[in-house]
Amino acid sequence: MSTETLNAADLKEQMLSAYPPKLAKKRGNQMVVNRKEGASEDEVPAIGANTRTSPGIITQRGCCYAGCKGVVLGPTRDIINLVHGPVGCSFYAWLTRRNQTRPPDEESENFMNYMFSTDMQDDEIIFGGEKKLAQAIREAYEIFHPKAIGVFSTCPVGLIGDDVHAVSRKMSEELGINVFGFSCEGYKGVSQSAGHHIANNQLFKHVIGRGTEVPEGDFKVNLMGEYNIGGDAFVLEEMFERCGITLCATFSGNSTIEQFERSHLADLNLVMCHRSINYIAEMIEEKYGTPWFKVNFIGADSTAKSLRKIADYFGDEGLKARVEEVIAEEMKEVAAARELHKPHLEGKTAMLFVGGSRAHHYQDLFAEVGMKTLSAGYEFAHRDDYEGRKVLPSIKVDADSRNIEELTVKRSEDEFRPEQQVRKAELTEQGFEFSDYVGMMPEMDKDTLVIDDISEHETEMLLRKVKPDIFCAGIKEKYGVQKFGIPCKQLHSYDYGGPYAGFKGAVNFWADIDRMINASVWKHLKAPWKN
Amino acid sequence: MNAAKTCQPVGAMYAALGIHRCLPHSHGSQGCCSYHRSALTRHYKEPVMAATSSFTEGTSVFGGMANLTQAIQTIFTAYEPDIIAVHTTCLSETIGDDIPSIVAKAIEKGFVPEGKLVIHTNTPSYIGSHVTGFSNMVASMVKYLSQANPKSADTFNVIPGWVEPSDMREIKRILKAMNVPFILFPDTSDVLDTALDGERQFYPDGGTTVEELRRTGGSRATFALGHFASEAAAKGLNEKCSVPAHLLDLPIGLRATDRFISALHEVCGVAVPAEIEKERGRLVDLMSDMQQYFDRKRVALVGDPDQIVALAEFCADLDMRPVYIVSGTPGKVFETRVLERLEERVPEVKIANGAGADMFLLHQWIKQEPVDLIIGNTYCKYISRDEDIPLIRHGFPILDRVGHSQFPTVGYMGAIRLLEKMLDAFLSRKDRDDAEEKLELVL
Ligand code: SF4
Ligand code: SF4
Repeated sequence: MSTETLNAADLKEQMLSAYPPKLAKKRGNQMVVNRKEGASEDEVPAIGANTRTSPGIITQRGCCYAGCKGVVLGPTRDIINLVHGPVGCSFYAWLTRRNQTRPPDEESENFMNYMFSTDMQDDEIIFGGEKKLAQAIREAYEIFHPKAIGVFSTCPVGLIGDDVHAVSRKMSEELGINVFGFSCEGYKGVSQSAGHHIANNQLFKHVIGRGTEVPEGDFKVNLMGEYNIGGDAFVLEEMFERCGITLCATFSGNSTIEQFERSHLADLNLVMCHRSINYIAEMIEEKYGTPWFKVNFIGADSTAKSLRKIADYFGDEGLKARVEEVIAEEMKEVAAARELHKPHLEGKTAMLFVGGSRAHHYQDLFAEVGMKTLSAGYEFAHRDDYEGRKVLPSIKVDADSRNIEELTVKRSEDEFRPEQQVRKAELTEQGFEFSDYVGMMPEMDKDTLVIDDISEHETEMLLRKVKPDIFCAGIKEKYGVQKFGIPCKQLHSYDYGGPYAGFKGAVNFWADIDRMINASVWKHLKAPWKN
Repeated sequence: MNAAKTCQPVGAMYAALGIHRCLPHSHGSQGCCSYHRSALTRHYKEPVMAATSSFTEGTSVFGGMANLTQAIQTIFTAYEPDIIAVHTTCLSETIGDDIPSIVAKAIEKGFVPEGKLVIHTNTPSYIGSHVTGFSNMVASMVKYLSQANPKSADTFNVIPGWVEPSDMREIKRILKAMNVPFILFPDTSDVLDTALDGERQFYPDGGTTVEELRRTGGSRATFALGHFASEAAAKGLNEKCSVPAHLLDLPIGLRATDRFISALHEVCGVAVPAEIEKERGRLVDLMSDMQQYFDRKRVALVGDPDQIVALAEFCADLDMRPVYIVSGTPGKVFETRVLERLEERVPEVKIANGAGADMFLLHQWIKQEPVDLIIGNTYCKYISRDEDIPLIRHGFPILDRVGHSQFPTVGYMGAIRLLEKMLDAFLSRKDRDDAEEKLELVL
């Protein structure tokens, strides 16, 4: 298949024709043909994003709670995540996201294999569940003595009016540990994205800044929006170490609460998944003066580029040399892998519909072996993730997002580091980009089709009409896609493979994609007597 | 902690998928629907389609009327099912949405095309478990669809309970072999175990049709397999259409299958064919050949009550000792049933049920006194690994192995498979652990 066979505008019309008129109009805003002929590089059309999913649509999206508990807080091994609500919400989030963690030794705390729920019953729905919550916190403490407990609200909690924050405060005092609540009821916002924001806020309020011990190292960074799916963070940790860069905290992968507590003492914040974590990066800069910029460690060339940018930021010749050494060393294996897989993959086509950053970043990995992305979109991103942060001022906040708290952050009198901002100003002068994300669309080809919050109906249409060589999505889409005889790569769980980040990750990814696209089974879908 | 149950809607969704051309609909926030679909997809490795009312904060204040009517319109236009099966979630239950009146509104607005249907069930997750949700949805099929007339039908209803598509397929095979004219509902075979041939069917061939569901009211009797999952619907049918109900255990293991076959033989007045008798004979033969390897083996059973009642009996019939029995699904009859089936053969048995009956407790018990085998869902693998005890995956969810969709555990053939799996677990362990000079070639 090639781009010529995808007539994006036509396809869009066909997809919309199946919907009732009002819905067709709404969905129409969320589907755009990227950069019409003649448009300049950075001129992309506006897309409807971060708006509610219409009822009745078979959507990929999950809820606010999933974004808060599952995504942002889940991967930290020494915080007990207690879900306040009926059993289900907690059960489904139990170990299903594959965030890996590696405690330093057998004795170190790791609660990630446990599922904690208050298992609300009808009595609590009627009379309130605060007592049961307090008791559950107490029990968890008595059994495990954790340093911190996070309490997550599910849908019914907000409705019956349980005050998880008050209970958390009370229990904090009683137990002498950090207990903090999240009002991340599933109905808030329009997707997981609201939960990311709430998680960011609470981490900033209750955790970040409590540490005082300055981490050692000359080049101290935090990695943000990296969740260690399939061991991605392990690869990056090792890479940083070899370069001589000190990783203070990863939000959140293979992480501990202590790392979070002193993360404000790092010199630089690196943002991987812009959607889920940009709030913390912004707030840390506001309060402590630490600059941030966007990096991408998905793709070998992208990884090299990001590493060089970090070295340039610190401007240290030794660091630059080490980074170049690491890149040169790693690129040997990368080049060999590229040579091996590129002949099998070049010219093949991909579609990516997933998450809030991966649908963008994984396009780099495909491009690096000559594959083309025909169509892509996010599950829960905002316009800035599509069109770039430059559109931020023009984004209208609608009723669904308005009630997600926006923290007002003030500069810290004694902990703000003005020298950080001086460095930022100097570098900006030299053309260095800070606090920016260009978004997915400017980096996509002309006439590709960008679809936000793609539905099952639209997915099916794409597969039927265009037949890409590979489709990337999540578990709910996977087997439906494959019934068409098209392999589906899960980019949430990596199909239980990975790591895919960094240089090693690129090598793994190409091997997996080559294996999937060229698997023998696809040749035998039809019985021989039917050929 | 580490629950041995999950919430109602996932069961309702699974049951609804057993209706031909049905789109399950989750009335609540979209997170629940996403989680339930994911859970079922991971277990079946098949597409699981369901829509959601996508509640927002506004909906949670004003109620879900507008969302559900709009959803019904969209679903019938874009996805064209024959029937929508709505279940509620904690949120819509707490709000108190009245589904029938919302559906009536949707019909009034012309959103439900001629000949298409919307049914519903209430599935508040703060009561019962996923098994309750399954049971509620099956009962709703009866409530909405079963019709008492015509009475002339010579069919028998079989409600298989929450078993795998492979089990439903096997139950149908047995019924055919026995020459029993039947309506099986729900029926997820050919829905959640479909072929891959390059053409996707959004609604696969399988599932009980609406027409068949209507005719259940005219059947001569109902066999409800499993108290927790199937009794409610069978009772409902009896009350609504006077179809006599026969409540049986899930036909897992020798004697539960014996009772099922006997009931068919007696109630339907059919002879048991040689084919089935031989299957039974082969099972008994195997049980006697390998009895020494089962004798006095300690086993922990954790999972759904209907499964466990039958498994406990089968284990005891193999002279094993099911010593720990855990089910998060609450219900007083559970313990009574288990004890009845154990017939005082395992006086040391510990049974936990309902609140606090979870895998954490089971793990504590095992730490105090270990077992030789665990039978339970995938989550047991953490206990299995920690304690170095073999695990046989059975129940819901199985996230890390296949086989449950392909090979049944019901009937005599299913029992043979279970027996083989247990034997494999014991003997592989023996081969691994035996000293060099003790390693046996022949077992
Ligand atoms: S809110 Fe209720 S229905 Fe939804 S996942 Fe949680 S427990 Fe299940
Ligand atoms: S009940 Fe609410 S919080 Fe729980 S899964 Fe459903 S939408 Fe999410």
